Amino acid sequence: MLIKLTGGTVYDPMHGVDGQVRDIYVRDGRVVSSPPADQRIDEEYDLRGKVVMAGAIDPHSHIGGGKVNIARTLLPEDHRPHPIPRTALTRSGTGRAAPSSITTGYRYAEMGYTAVFEPAMLPANSRQAHMELADTPIIDKGAYVMLGSDDYLLRMMAAGKTQAEINDYIAYTIVAAQAVAVKVVNPGGISAFKFNQRNLDLDEKNSYYGVTPRQILQTLARGVKELGIPHPLHIHGCNLGVPGNVQTTLDTITGVEGLPIHLTHIQFHSYGTEGDKKFSSGAAQIAEAINRHKHVSADVGQIMFGQTVTASGDNMAQFRNRGFATPNKWVCMDIECDAGCGVVPFRYRDQNFVNALQWAIGLEIFLLVEDPWRVFLTTDHPNGAPFTSYPHLIRLLMDKSFRDANFERLHPEAQAMSTLKSVQREYSLYEIAIMTRAAPSRSLGLGDRGHLGVGAAADITVYTPHGDRERMFEKPDYVFKDGTPVARNGRIVRVTDGGTHTLRPGFDKAVLKPLRAYFEQFHTMRLENFCVSDEEIVNDGRGRIIVNQLRAGSRG
Amino acid sequence: MNPATAASPTAKSGSRTHTSVTCPFCSLLCDDLEVTNRGGSLGVTAGDCARARGGFERDYASLSPQMDGRDVSMDQAVAAAARLLRGARHPLYGGLGTDVAGMRGLLALADRTGGIVDHMLGDTMYRNILAMQDRGWIMTTMTEVRNRADVVIFANLDAVSDHPRFFERNIWNAESMFGLATKSRRIVYLGEGLNTRPGVSPDGRKPLHLRNEPERLGELIGALRALLAGQSLQARTVAGVKVAELTKLLGIMKGAKYGVIIWSPPRLPFASADLVVEAICDLVKELNAQTRFSGFALGGNEGILTAGAVCTWQSGYQLRTDFAAGYPEFDPTRNATARLLADDDVDLLLWTSTFLTGQTPPETKAPTVLLAPPLRGLDTRCAVYIPVGTPGVDHRGQMCRVDNVVSLPLHQVRESALPSVAGVCNLLLQSL
Repeated sequence: MLIKLTGGTVYDPMHGVDGQVRDIYVRDGRVVSSPPADQRIDEEYDLRGKVVMAGAIDPHSHIGGGKVNIARTLLPEDHRPHPIPRTALTRSGTGRAAPSSITTGYRYAEMGYTAVFEPAMLPANSRQAHMELADTPIIDKGAYVMLGSDDYLLRMMAAGKTQAEINDYIAYTIVAAQAVAVKVVNPGGISAFKFNQRNLDLDEKNSYYGVTPRQILQTLARGVKELGIPHPLHIHGCNLGVPGNVQTTLDTITGVEGLPIHLTHIQFHSYGTEGDKKFSSGAAQIAEAINRHKHVSADVGQIMFGQTVTASGDNMAQFRNRGFATPNKWVCMDIECDAGCGVVPFRYRDQNFVNALQWAIGLEIFLLVEDPWRVFLTTDHPNGAPFTSYPHLIRLLMDKSFRDANFERLHPEAQAMSTLKSVQREYSLYEIAIMTRAAPSRSLGLGDRGHLGVGAAADITVYTPHGDRERMFEKPDYVFKDGTPVARNGRIVRVTDGGTHTLRPGFDKAVLKPLRAYFEQFHTMRLENFCVSDEEIVNDGRGRIIVNQLRAGSRG
Repeated sequence: MNPATAASPTAKSGSRTHTSVTCPFCSLLCDDLEVTNRGGSLGVTAGDCARARGGFERDYASLSPQMDGRDVSMDQAVAAAARLLRGARHPLYGGLGTDVAGMRGLLALADRTGGIVDHMLGDTMYRNILAMQDRGWIMTTMTEVRNRADVVIFANLDAVSDHPRFFERNIWNAESMFGLATKSRRIVYLGEGLNTRPGVSPDGRKPLHLRNEPERLGELIGALRALLAGQSLQARTVAGVKVAELTKLLGIMKGAKYGVIIWSPPRLPFASADLVVEAICDLVKELNAQTRFSGFALGGNEGILTAGAVCTWQSGYQLRTDFAAGYPEFDPTRNATARLLADDDVDLLLWTSTFLTGQTPPETKAPTVLLAPPLRGLDTRCAVYIPVGTPGVDHRGQMCRVDNVVSLPLHQVRESALPSVAGVCNLLLQSL
């Protein structure tokens, strides 16, 4: 079947296409070159006057796994006002901050997103994360496996194991957990909290292992690079949310010796201590550091005002922030000598000085980082705001007068502490296409996703241009997933099952013997049962494994 | 390439031995079992306990699908069940003793037919869920208990009655990760009628046992919280326990490097038990101001945690969710099986139970469809009976463990012609 998308205005940054009128041909789920003139077109879409981009990619959104299910359980009050009725085509669901998995897939697809990445999959919880992602329809999924507070890594480091030995363990864990990248959360800190340490600074030792966060970051970042994992180490740094943590973040940037790193929800790590309230914006310093250090990328974790829930692997930080829980209930867990999690409901208010400044700090970072290839559009769903607020966020970036109008509603002292209004920049559609498509695809090594060149997977989103960018991005006219129309005017028209992005870095099989013995000696599950099999992902044909390429020159 | 999938069975003259088998018959999901298959008859040859033997070694009868007690073909039984589902205005999907795939199938049916989902042990589960939804909690998982806990308090339970291998796997394990001498753990029991022998350490140290009246556990916890807050108590005894003993217990708790208090919702069979769970969780939170302390809930047998987890990610709500409005509505009181059946609020019962207990559906005027393994002596007097396999025995599957974090693969350890619950649900969905 040959589909022709005729005359749309195309934004495809991977190929430098900036708003040019193009025809796009799709056959068997892929973009193909223009066929001979006498070739019969089976289906044609007249896209004259429409904006065409690749399907959007969210590189950081908590959509599946234990802590998300804890958030769902904890908050029936998030679901009651947001029921989603069943239709002849779609399943019912609920929720806004912590929506049901099926609803999550529909909502993303309706907004023109075709791939979403769960950024904090605990090895111990990887099977459940994949089970939830399997029940998240239409979109492709992938998950970052969390290392850095797991006993095995820390004991390897404490014992002075070589980088090569540690790399084998990292590679094994990626394969066993069916992951597509490596995440570290509060390096060593989740473990330290279990030994009753309440803070862990970059050069502070975990009291049991004697290992510091800086050493963990260096070890993991080097391992990720040497293994050829496309996405740099995905770092949720030390001291999340602590005023003054801008210095920790700057030290992290310079402390990894030029190794590629990705700093996630950097807004939460960009706080100074200036002013009467000892809370200020570190955005300018952070943006300046990112601009200068080309080995660093970031996503913002923008906050939006309203009710949400924070769900994080960082139980040390979540325990510290428990007093902010709104409504007043929260969950912390210590998990399997491997990781942890904390779930704290939160309501951001524009008349709260700190919240208002957090909002401004996020936007300052977006606007002061010069290279859109190295700053991705996220709200750290649901921690900063639900992912459904992306169209609003895009308007804030693209429309200065709208941004200023919102700014003027903030707590006045927060306004006084922010330079946001002096920033003139407005993002272009091309830059939005970079930060929501091309850049995450390139960073994650997704190959045939995030662009519209010949051979690309036909994940395509079509918008009607509108001066109100929020309206434009809310309900695309058409969304194609692998060439199949799945949404029309913001409504699902076809339900498909997406694939799961994975990697297969090589490792020395010698890693298995001590690991198997370690599991039997200390753990409560066997190594062979820890491993998530291909069969489980494929799930009788409902799922599909996508094996992405390692970076060239790696030993995989 | 996936380097460490389940070990392949070893064969020896007519018998096959499967290793690293997961046991689905209690919520610990022990996965170190060895199960030997001799011509379809199974024996647990390592990692056994009464529940594992009861599950793996039970015999099936040669039961056919049935309609009103008459043998029929599978096609006829599925068609009859589908007819009943089509005609039902408000079906109850009860029992829910199944694996992840089975629960997915049952939820798809419930969504499609506007039904309600509740588990056979729903009453017990809500002692935890209500507390969690009201206040939240600090919890830990099995590997943390096994390696880290230096003080373990069993509140109104002995653990082994429902989870026979709990002490073997998590308390008296030979080695731990962080140099904790496991035999030096401080074990405390609260309550009466408990089997406290497993709490005696390998070197003969007896556990501390405070014999509170079980239904007054909440008062005891309240007293501990008051003492922790620096209040003095006028009472000399609380719930039958001397305040001096409580003070001693509190000292042990405050002195823990990593303490764990364990309770089990089925072992709190009294009114407002959720408030007792809430008090325990608040006590744990308060202890964390100084030291590390966590809660750990046992119970969760018969697949209730799996059913609850799948229902939560698919619908947003825990069990006792009603799809009649066309979208999920959650009401743990109104949507309880006993209440629904007593008030004739449902007009069809589809009951699923594949593990150790609960194969006899509750009495009801509503026609009943039963999905259960063809166990010897099974009472199949109902509108439609459809034999199904046991997950982890007759077919592979997945389940969620007691700590709600780890889930495990279930393995197939014998050839079976029986369909899975998921398979039957798919047939029913196609016939609706």
